[in-house]
Amino acid sequence: MIEVRDVEKSFGAQRVLDKVSLRVENGESVVIIGRSGGGKSILLKHLIGLLTPDAGQVLIANEDLAGMNERQLLKVRRRFGMLFQGAALFDSMSVAENVAFPLRRERDWTAKDIAKKVSETLEMVELQGTENKTPGELSGGMRKRVGLARAIVHGPDIVLYDEPTTGLDPIASDRINKLIVRVCGQLKVTSVAVTHDMRSAARIAQRILMLHQGRIYASGTPEEIFKTADPIVNSFVNGISDTK
Amino acid sequence: MVEGLQGLGRLGLLAREVVRSVCIHRPSGRDLLYQLYFIGVKSQSVVLITGAFTGMVLAAQTYFQFHKVKMDTATLAVVSVSMCSELGPVLTGLMVAGRVGAALAAELGTMRVTEQIDALRTLATHPVDYLVVPRLLATLIALPLLTAEAIAIGIGAGYLMGAGYFGIDPAYAWHNTVKYTTADHVLTGIVKSFIFGGIIGLISCYKGMNCREGAEGVGRATTEAVVYASITILISNFFLTLFLNRVLQQGS
Repeated sequence: MIEVRDVEKSFGAQRVLDKVSLRVENGESVVIIGRSGGGKSILLKHLIGLLTPDAGQVLIANEDLAGMNERQLLKVRRRFGMLFQGAALFDSMSVAENVAFPLRRERDWTAKDIAKKVSETLEMVELQGTENKTPGELSGGMRKRVGLARAIVHGPDIVLYDEPTTGLDPIASDRINKLIVRVCGQLKVTSVAVTHDMRSAARIAQRILMLHQGRIYASGTPEEIFKTADPIVNSFVNGISDTK
Repeated sequence: MVEGLQGLGRLGLLAREVVRSVCIHRPSGRDLLYQLYFIGVKSQSVVLITGAFTGMVLAAQTYFQFHKVKMDTATLAVVSVSMCSELGPVLTGLMVAGRVGAALAAELGTMRVTEQIDALRTLATHPVDYLVVPRLLATLIALPLLTAEAIAIGIGAGYLMGAGYFGIDPAYAWHNTVKYTTADHVLTGIVKSFIFGGIIGLISCYKGMNCREGAEGVGRATTEAVVYASITILISNFFLTLFLNRVLQQGS
C-alpha cells in the first residue's frame, strides 16, 4: 500500500506540492492527471524516493521513505519498477542487457535463467527478437516497451509510469495502454501512472486523481471524472482552455 | 563564494560515499576492466606522444644551455629527474584530464539529463557504486601506469635526442642519468600520479553527476571538469612537490 500524507515540495519560491495526500491500495491502478508542469512527475518521484519532501510522509507498506538515506531506499526500491517518460534506457547496453539489469544485481540468477526471463519478458511486451538491438535503433514506442520490460522483469509489487504515452502516435499509445492493463492484470501489481493523455487515463485507471495547483483537487472512477460538472476538471478532461 | 564552498562540500560528500561504497560493496570486475581499458589503454597514444616530445624538447633546451658550460653529459640526468618527478606526472595528468575527464563528465552528464541515473536508482542500484567507483578506481590505477610509460618514453626520447642528434657521449650521459636519478624521484612521480588520478576521477564524476539540465548543462559540466581538474593538478603539484621532497628526500 502507498500512502502520501501532507507532502509539501518547493523549488525556490515555487511551491509545487502543497499538502498532497493520497492512498493507493494493493493491486489498484491509479492515474494522476493534471496540467503540464503541475507537479505530477514530482509527486511520482516522491513515491519511489527519487525526491525527498520538504514536509510530510511517503509511506510504502508503512515504511516512511522521507527519513531514509539513499542506501536504505535501495532496499525499498526493489519492490518497485518505473517506466520513465523518455524510457531512460541505458544507451551503452543492448535491449537484452537493459532488461536483464535488475536481475544481474541478484546473485542467485544464473546467466541461463536471466536469458530465459529476458526473452519471456520481451515476448510479453511484444518485442521478441530485439535482444541484440541498441536503444538507438528503436522507435519511441519500442523504447517505452523495453523500458516497461525492464520495469517488470524482476516481479515488482508496484509499477510507476511517468507519462507512458507522451510523444507516441495513437496506435503506439494504445499498444502501451493495453500492455499496462495486461501487466496490472497478469502480475497483480499496484500501478500509479501520471499522464495528461485522457484516453490513456480512461483506459488504464481504476481510479483517477487530479492534481491542481499543488493539491489533489478531484478523485473518482474514470466515469465519475469524465462526467463531473466541476468546471476545472471538466475543462481539463475535455481539453477546453479559457483563452478567448 | 558560497556556491564554491557548497560545491566543495558536495565533492567531499561524494568522496565519503566512494570510500563507503568501496568498503561495503565489491565493485564489478567487468566494469573496472572496461574503464581501465577506456581510461588506461585508450589514453596511451596521447600520453606516449606527450612524453616523447617533452623528453626531446627538454633534452634540446637543456643541451643548449649546458653545452655553453661544457656540461653536455649532465643533460640527460636533468631530463630524467624532471620527467620522473615533475613533467611525467603533471603532463600525463593534464592530458588524461583533457581526454578522460571530459569523456567521463559528458557521459555521466548525459546519463543524468536523460534520467538514466534516476533509472539506476529505481533499479535499486546506487549510482556511486555502479558509475563512480569503477571510474575512480580505474583512474587511480591507470594514472601511475601511464605516468611510468610517459617517464620511460620521455627519458628514452631524450636519450636518443642527446646521444643521437647532439652527439653527447652515451656512456657518460647514461652514467650521470643513473647517478642523479634516485628511487625517490621515481616514487615522487608515481605518488603524484596516483593523487592526480584521484583528482581527475573525482572531479569529473562529480561534475557529470551534478550537471544541469540540457545540452548546455552537459557542455558546461564537461568544460568545468577539465578546467577544475587541470587547475587542481597544477596547484596540488606545487604542494606535493614541497611535501614529498621533505618526506622522501629529507629536504635535499
